Amino acid sequence: MTKLDLSRRTVVGGLAATGVAMTAGTGSAQGAPVKVGELNSYSRMAAFAVPYRNGMQLAVEQINAAGGLAGLGGRPLEIIYRDDGATPGDAVRVAEELVTRENVTFIAGAFLSNVGLALADFANQKKVLYLATEPLTDALTMGSGNPYTFRVRPGTYMQTKMLVDAAKSKGVKRWAVVAPNYEYGQSAVAAFKRLMGAAVPGFEVVAEQFPALGRVDAGATVGALAQSRPDGIFNVLFGADLTAFVREGNTRGLFERRTVVSLLTGEPEYLLPLGDETPDGWIVTGYPPEQVDTHGHQAFVTAYKAKFNDTPRLGSVLGYVVPFMIRDMFNKSRSTETTAMMEAFKGLTTQTVCGPVTMRAIDQQSTLGAWVGETTLKGKLPTMKNFRYVDGADVMFPEAEVRAARRT
Amino acid sequence: MDLSFFVIQALSGLASASALFVIASGLTIVFGVTRIVNFAHGSFYMLGAYMAVTIVPWLLEFDRSPTLFFVGVLASALVVGVLGVIMEVVLLRRIYRVPELFQLLATFGVVLIVQDVVLKIWGPVDITGPRAPGMRHGVEILGQRFPAYELFLIFVGPAVLGALLLIMHKTRFGVLIRAATQDREMVGALGVNQAMLFTGTLFLGAFLAGLGGALQIPRLPANTGMDLSIITEAFVVTVIGGMGSVPGAFIAALIIKMLEAFGILIFPKITLVLVFLLMAVVLVVKPWGLMGKPEVASGRAVLPEGILNLKGFSRNETVVWVVLTLALLLVPILGDTYKVKVGIEIMVFALAAFSLNLLIGNGGIVSFGHAAYFGVGAYAAGLLVTGPLKAPMELALVAAPLAGGLAAALFGYFIVRLHGIYLAMLTLAFAQITYAIFFQWVEVTGGDNGVVGVWPSRWAATREVYFYVVAVLALTSIVALRHLFYTPFGYTLRAARDSANRADAIGIDVKTHRWLAFIVAGAAAGLAGGLYSFSKGSIDPTMISIAMSIDFLMMILTGGIQTVMGPLVGTAVFHSVKDFFMPLTDFWRFFLGVSIIAIVLIFPKGVVGALDGLRERMGRRAPAPTTPPAVARETA
Repeated sequence: MTKLDLSRRTVVGGLAATGVAMTAGTGSAQGAPVKVGELNSYSRMAAFAVPYRNGMQLAVEQINAAGGLAGLGGRPLEIIYRDDGATPGDAVRVAEELVTRENVTFIAGAFLSNVGLALADFANQKKVLYLATEPLTDALTMGSGNPYTFRVRPGTYMQTKMLVDAAKSKGVKRWAVVAPNYEYGQSAVAAFKRLMGAAVPGFEVVAEQFPALGRVDAGATVGALAQSRPDGIFNVLFGADLTAFVREGNTRGLFERRTVVSLLTGEPEYLLPLGDETPDGWIVTGYPPEQVDTHGHQAFVTAYKAKFNDTPRLGSVLGYVVPFMIRDMFNKSRSTETTAMMEAFKGLTTQTVCGPVTMRAIDQQSTLGAWVGETTLKGKLPTMKNFRYVDGADVMFPEAEVRAARRT
Repeated sequence: MDLSFFVIQALSGLASASALFVIASGLTIVFGVTRIVNFAHGSFYMLGAYMAVTIVPWLLEFDRSPTLFFVGVLASALVVGVLGVIMEVVLLRRIYRVPELFQLLATFGVVLIVQDVVLKIWGPVDITGPRAPGMRHGVEILGQRFPAYELFLIFVGPAVLGALLLIMHKTRFGVLIRAATQDREMVGALGVNQAMLFTGTLFLGAFLAGLGGALQIPRLPANTGMDLSIITEAFVVTVIGGMGSVPGAFIAALIIKMLEAFGILIFPKITLVLVFLLMAVVLVVKPWGLMGKPEVASGRAVLPEGILNLKGFSRNETVVWVVLTLALLLVPILGDTYKVKVGIEIMVFALAAFSLNLLIGNGGIVSFGHAAYFGVGAYAAGLLVTGPLKAPMELALVAAPLAGGLAAALFGYFIVRLHGIYLAMLTLAFAQITYAIFFQWVEVTGGDNGVVGVWPSRWAATREVYFYVVAVLALTSIVALRHLFYTPFGYTLRAARDSANRADAIGIDVKTHRWLAFIVAGAAAGLAGGLYSFSKGSIDPTMISIAMSIDFLMMILTGGIQTVMGPLVGTAVFHSVKDFFMPLTDFWRFFLGVSIIAIVLIFPKGVVGALDGLRERMGRRAPAPTTPPAVARETA
């Protein structure tokens, strides 16, 4: 008997050591797992989606090690990951598979906005809850919002507002804007014009460029922007387009003596590839993983590094936050019925490594924020300086606007 | 616009044109000699960039000299050239005798495989390469700074052009390339070792693509989207220039990039559509491209690549198809909701694919843009239901084929005037223009987000009922289309396919017949699109994308374009393979690519074609005369 006990203890100890065990006082989860279906573009958007999945896996491990879902009798949380094929057509089929074959309690995920919108409509039609984690489009919580859809990440408008709030005090009037030619780029530019226009008297846009996504002709674009002699530049390009744009702009001196405001550029996904050409002092939204030290954030960073041997990306922190929101939702709903889960999400506040996050009831948008600061190089490593965490609650759509948009 | 700006913008255009030409020149040479529409060319470009961001920094560790930088770039291009040789020897050499379209399918399989291999080896994060030593700075030109590296690039294009012209005119290899471009069969008849010639050509083509990619690293980070972002543009350049014409590609690249450099000043969103607009205009005015010549073989009667001998169903076949249809109709009763959903999609895609084969297999009209009519149908239906009209589903399903047919009538009018690859590229151009319109017209179409809320009328709201709606409409349409193959109209189309000249000589109005076929196929695809939009509840531009058109091609090729019923089987197989691998692994594209290549190698006439071949062997104990050796080997 003692021998058996010993070996069992060893096994449990071993398990605890491999996971990130903080099981003080509680046992690990037991019973049939509660399934959540998660769809994402793991193949096409791997740079964002894979760190996101890593973050989720880490959080689920910790939740289950700490006793699972207390509201559902300590059952473990299980997330079933599926590729959404990066098109709405594939995504809706996969969602159907998750719901009917895997019997998931609800669906979550999506990176691309059109995929997110298609899933939201699917959820509305099939009366399934959908937790949109990553898509940025404002339509998801506004014009195309529906009672079954909740969104976690701060949307395009919120992130743009954070930047405008940070940059308006500079009083720059002549702006050039450059954005990828699709919904995200167009909405960001529209929000920027509206918000900056309201904040700075005499605001004008002297040049606009909308290169096709992934196919920016950097030389011609930089030339066209420089020609208009702006005092400020609002950039929405990201990924390979951004790197090409920055290199060309650096060589041609486009950014010299100009205020540059840039959406998402501080996210490690997009900032790290800039390498030693990272411009200094761009005002950006993003995430500096090494420097955030509030709400036990460094414990997360350490655990993530230990498990995946990589620094967390923005996707990772988002993926890490979501399962805790799900756990708290289940603890509140005490049921896997869709209506109970929907009620539970409304107004739910979760303590996360980014701070408290509340799911605002009126538009079902979470108050998860983002870090706003300036780009800089630390040695050879691109990162952010002078940053602060902006709570999403401060930059959300005014309630009257939400009511008008969601009335249909 | 002051002078200095004008000069700088022109220089930017020249640099981009130069870079584009290096890539496109390889594509046009490969096409000229092998007649293969090599989708993998973009993959070689991407591999060139990834090789360079791996090799060049390693070399620069020894010495930050410009020489070593360019040694690294050339080494990367050489490695990619060798990869091209491997693709030729391992894959393409086995399939030169199968229909040209199958080679396209195989190269697309390579694209999928390379995408996932790159992801596996280099990871998903963009890799930024080093700048060229000694060319980091900007050069002052008329008071404006211009990157030194781009000045250098401006000279690369003409240098490559010069080198290629030298090779073409002063070496035996080059002379053979030109000869094969003009008349491949004659070159073979004269006893030239075609295997060596093709291998050499693939090496040169892949080398140029790799060089193009490697030269980009000071400007662009190596990233996993490079292949698809360049391939359409490279195709457009080769087509505008005239397939097989290197100087033509040079001129086309110049025109495109100069138009772009100045066009974006007036239309900031023009990059999405500019190249396709230009291609459509050029092809309508000059059907063989700017410097291309009509193919010598185009007037010759060649063995057609489509349905050869049309047979009715034997009794056994009738039984098989009736049983299959009945089994399909039982799906909602026996299967779960998900099976029903997959069943709906297969029927919808089967209709679209079947209509495409009316064009390709029966009419010899190769369309790379069938998704345009599918998408137009879907948008017509979706916008009617969700728009101000709030029309019911029934009306929308009437409008969908009408809209698809109208679009086909409009585009088809220009398309049927062309031949071969130029015709195919014009279908692609029109599809991309349609895509751009729906993408850009945000107020009406919702842009790339599309429009949601496209659900069936209440009586058909459950999956099961909608399944039968789709079944009735799709199956009757397929039966009607199949009937067309057997009518005099179907025979006339095949006559025009096999020899347009002879058909013309006996009094057939070839263009009008082709145009009618195009309209019918467009209407059927439009209906399929309408049905699809109600099954997924939304419309968005991915339904008109190149990827969608390629999916349709995959389906009919998998089934076999030589058979009437092949596309149906092909759709089921293709959709099932995708559906099988997608939930299994992140690397589903790799497995999809491998499956495609396996199908091409094992069933070069498609699954149904292979079955037919097998049956003929069983019956006659001898292979059919048209059966390529590969089939004989596999079915022996």
